[in-house]
This record gives sequence, C-alpha cells and structure tokens, in this order.
Amino acid sequence: MERDIAPFLNGDFLEAELFKNILKRVLVSIPVLIGVVLIIFIMLRVVPGDPVTTMLGEHVNQTVIDKISKEMGLDKPLYMQFFTYISHAIRGDFGTSYRLNRNVTGIILDAFPNTVRLAICAAIVSWIVGIVAGIFAAVNKNNILDRLFMGSALLGVSMPVFMVALVLQYLFAYKLKIFPVSGYESAAAMVLPSIVLGWNSAGSIARMTRSNILEVMQEDYIRTARAKGLLEFAVMKSHALKNAMLPVVTMMALQISSMLSGAVITENIFGIPGIGRLAVNAIETRDMPLLQGTVIFTTILVILGNLIADSLYSILDPRIRKEI
Amino acid sequence: MNKKDNIKTDPVKEQIFGSEIEPEESFIEKLKNIISQNRLAFFSLIVIILIILCAIFADIVCVYNPYTQSLKDRLLAPSFAHPLGTDELGRDTLTRVIYGARISLTIGLIPTFISMTIGTVLGLIAGYFGGKIDFAIMRLADIMLAFPSLLLAMVVMYTMGGGLINIFIALSLVNWASTSRVVRSETLSLSKKEYVEAAKSMGVNNATIIFRHILPNCIPTLVVLFTLSIPSAILSESSLSFLGVGAQPPTASWGLMVVSAKKYLFTQPVLVLAPAIAIMIVVLAFNFLGDGLRDVLDPYLKEQ
Repeated sequence: MERDIAPFLNGDFLEAELFKNILKRVLVSIPVLIGVVLIIFIMLRVVPGDPVTTMLGEHVNQTVIDKISKEMGLDKPLYMQFFTYISHAIRGDFGTSYRLNRNVTGIILDAFPNTVRLAICAAIVSWIVGIVAGIFAAVNKNNILDRLFMGSALLGVSMPVFMVALVLQYLFAYKLKIFPVSGYESAAAMVLPSIVLGWNSAGSIARMTRSNILEVMQEDYIRTARAKGLLEFAVMKSHALKNAMLPVVTMMALQISSMLSGAVITENIFGIPGIGRLAVNAIETRDMPLLQGTVIFTTILVILGNLIADSLYSILDPRIRKEI
Repeated sequence: MNKKDNIKTDPVKEQIFGSEIEPEESFIEKLKNIISQNRLAFFSLIVIILIILCAIFADIVCVYNPYTQSLKDRLLAPSFAHPLGTDELGRDTLTRVIYGARISLTIGLIPTFISMTIGTVLGLIAGYFGGKIDFAIMRLADIMLAFPSLLLAMVVMYTMGGGLINIFIALSLVNWASTSRVVRSETLSLSKKEYVEAAKSMGVNNATIIFRHILPNCIPTLVVLFTLSIPSAILSESSLSFLGVGAQPPTASWGLMVVSAKKYLFTQPVLVLAPAIAIMIVVLAFNFLGDGLRDVLDPYLKEQ
C-alpha cells in the first residue's frame, strides 16, 4: 500500500484503521449473504413437481392445493416470493416446515445447541491434539517421531468421517464397552462424536502448526533469542509459538465450514439431533423450507466464522493491519 | 566408464566455460533423482495405476458378478472362495469393492476435471481482464466458498434426485471456486511479466495471450491442485452416498456399501471395513502423489 508512513503514526490511528477494516469486511459479507440466499432459493425452486402436492400427497383435490398454495404465497411470481422470503428472513423468520408444521427458526434453534456442543467439544479435541502433535513433530524435525505424527495427521485427513466413526463405535462401544454407541445427553456419549469430528481438523491443524513453526524458526528474531542464550524451551515458548500460532488461529475459525460438513455425518451416525441431522431429514422427507433454512443458517455461521478469522488475524498481528 | 562420456555436453557452453562445468543431467537421471527424493509419491503412483487397472479390467479380474444375489450365501465369513466374505444379499464383497473403484475413480477424476476447467476459465478471465468482470466472478466465488460444500452438494442432490449422474453434476458445480481463486492470482502475477507485455505491445490478441502465455504457466499449479482435489471429490461422493442422497442401491459404490453394511458392524466388521479402507487407500495415495508433485513441480506452493 501507499501508506508507508504508517509506522510513524500514533496508535489511535491504527486502531481506527483496524475498526475501518473490520467494518469493511462486515459490509462485504452482506452481498455474499444475499447471494447465498438467492442461490439456495433458486436451486430449491427448480425442483420438479409442485411443493404442495409433495407436501399433501398425490390424491388431493385441486381446489385444496390452490387454497394452500395461496396461503403459502406460492402463487406469486418467483421474485416476489424471494423478496418476501428475504424480508422475513431478516426478521428471523425462515418460513414453516412442510412436514413438522412448525416455524423453521424454532426447529433450527432447538437443534442448534446440540450442534454447537458437538462442535465445541470437537474443536477442543482437534486443537489440543493438532497443536501438540504439530509442536512435537516440528521439534523432532525429520526423525521418527515427526514421521509418525505427520503420517497419522495425513491419515486423519484421508479417512472418511464415517469410517472413523464406525471404527471407534466398534472398538470403544462394542468391544470395550467404555462409551455408549449413540446418544448425546451424557458427557460420556459426547466423547466418541467429538473425537470423530475433531479427527480431520486435528490432522490439518497438526500439519499447519508444524510447517509454521519450522518457518518461524528461520527468522532473525529466533536467532537473536538463541544468541541471547535463552533455553530452547524458552525460545519455543515465548518467541516461536506466538508467531507460529497466528495462522493456526485463523485456520481454526475457517474450519467452521468443514466442521459443519463433518457434523452432518457425525450427527447422523451417533443419533445427535443437531442441524446436520435436520438437513438430512429435510431431504428425506422433501421438506423444502426446512432444508432451505438449515443451509442458509449454516452458511451464515460460516460467513461469521470467516469474518471472525479475518478480524482476529488483524487484531493479533499488527504487521498486517494496514494491508487488508 | 566415466560418467561424463555418457552424457552429451553442450559444445557452446563448454567453449565458454571450459570443460569444468558439470554436464547437464539426462532425462533419466533427473527422473531417478526425483523418484528417489519422493519415494512415497512414486509408490502411491504405482498403487493408483494398479487400482485404475483393476477398475478397468474388473470384468476379467473378478470371478463373481457384483450384482448377482445369492441368498443362501448371505453374510459368509471370509473364506478362500470369498476372500472378504459376502454381504447381506450374498454378493461377494471383494468383487463389489473392485467394481466400486470404478465409481470412486470416475467421480474423483471427471467432476474434478470439469470443476477445475470451469474454475480455470473463470480465474483466467477474472485475472486477465480485471475490473468489473473480476469483481463479479470473485464475488460469485466468495458466495460458493461460503457454503459448506457437503450441504451445497446435498441441496443439488435434493433438486435433481439421487443417482450417479447427479453426483457428477453436483460435484462439478460445487468445487470450482477455489480453483478460480488460485488461477486468478497466478494470472495476475503472470500478466505483469515482460513476455506478456511484449506480446501485448505486438498486438497479439487476448485469447492467444491467455492460452499461449498465461495458461501454460499455470499448468504445474493446476496439476498439483487437480491431484489434491481428487481425494476430496471421492470423499464427498462416499459421504453423499453414505447419507443416502448419493448413489442409489444396488450400485457398488463404496459409501453405499459402508452404509448398507452398518447394521452388521458388530457381527461382521469386514463388510464395513473393506470399502472404508479402500476409500482410505485411494485418498491417501492421491494425497501423497499430490504432495510429491507439489515438491517437484511447484516449489512456490511448497513454501506456502
């Protein structure tokens, strides 16, 4: 950027700059959000067949169909339907489910806490496992421990989520009987799903942590720290880790997207009534408003995650503040 | 024999630098070097070729038919006649795993190729022309990237119904955005190169510049990206089929095999493990190959 004088300006200016950047990000995500709703809306409207017929079954009187279509606003032109949908969605109303005859927002908010709990537990698993494995691998670069950790990280990335789930179910629920096969209420029941969902992310976090630490270790300030006579542990703890963790922090927020994809499968295997289960149920019962609501809701979460990741990065790393 | 005698040296270089310069490595030498530095990737390549051959010649390799049911042979334990046992309808598991490779590989290769072609074209256009076109394409990419990919694919499957052809379409439509971003940024930096400037000043038209001067320079990155995108397409197909919105029975798809064998997880785990391990091997092999290719072709990506 042309603002090369930035380092000479006072802190307040940088704060304002930071705030402006975050605001810009928020404003940029609004059209993305509208685009998301539009695409989902169009995709679900080109479904062959009349939604009311799908909802009520084949053998229903045409006048009844017409009446219900009118009640649901399906007789209006598509763009009108879209604007109605958007204006309702802004007020938090995603329509009424065809099958459950309940407000979609209510259904989603009932299911959401379960998904959040699963995702948080999984995130904790993946951060701890991923970061610890990454640090160990980086410290023992190229020896057997490194190979072992990085091998299992790649295995973690390469295993289908359902395979991990089924293998763990077989070993720990059936053979060893430590944890229940499914369920979500007790803490013990959450252990397997959290490991399953955290597994994939743990692999990518470990790989990224390792490569970042190795990269940071080449920097001048590490050489300075070592030259000062600091112990290797202290160099690692207070100089290398802090800097190496920056991209990892952003990556964690970016992983909300893949976590939500993984949650769809995990929830279905372990019978957790979360958002992913809702989406699959909506497809099975051909419940269009529910599917539309869940997908839009999850996508909003992803966009928020990206927003947080970007803002977090510029808050944590003053070097890139002015570059965004 | 002296190594130098073997290899043709450049007479001009020799005249300039004298005979002290190292002779250039021959192609085979280079290949040997590359293979010895990336043994894992090379091994993966062999595994992939073997799997592809198995899939192509499945009719010859397999003794049984993947769809012939035989209820008296249902849920047999692994034996000499059925190395991986039989499933709940008496079909040979090994046969179905081998036929499943056909589906997974086609899903991995073709939709990935289509989505990458879409992504490349859009990325080239966005990066080369810039301005409003760039803005529009990149915002569309932002929107596509905001969707969790599995959910978006599920929506496409909802609209079009289950089945393999629809998975093809779903995966082709969903995954182009990340390619377009990478190609765009490559194009942006390539368009500033002197040879592109030179071509422009000579009045070469845009299409020629894009396809002659810019695209060929993106190819190494694209090859790496392609190899690394195959596993995620394979995983998406198996996940979709696992959730019941992908391939439909009785197709011998690995994801579908896992879900139908799920009931027998505790009594006959091999039924679940065989297709699941098959998925894992293919995905791992492509990941290793992709990593190796990246090291060889694209040192820039490696640094990242």
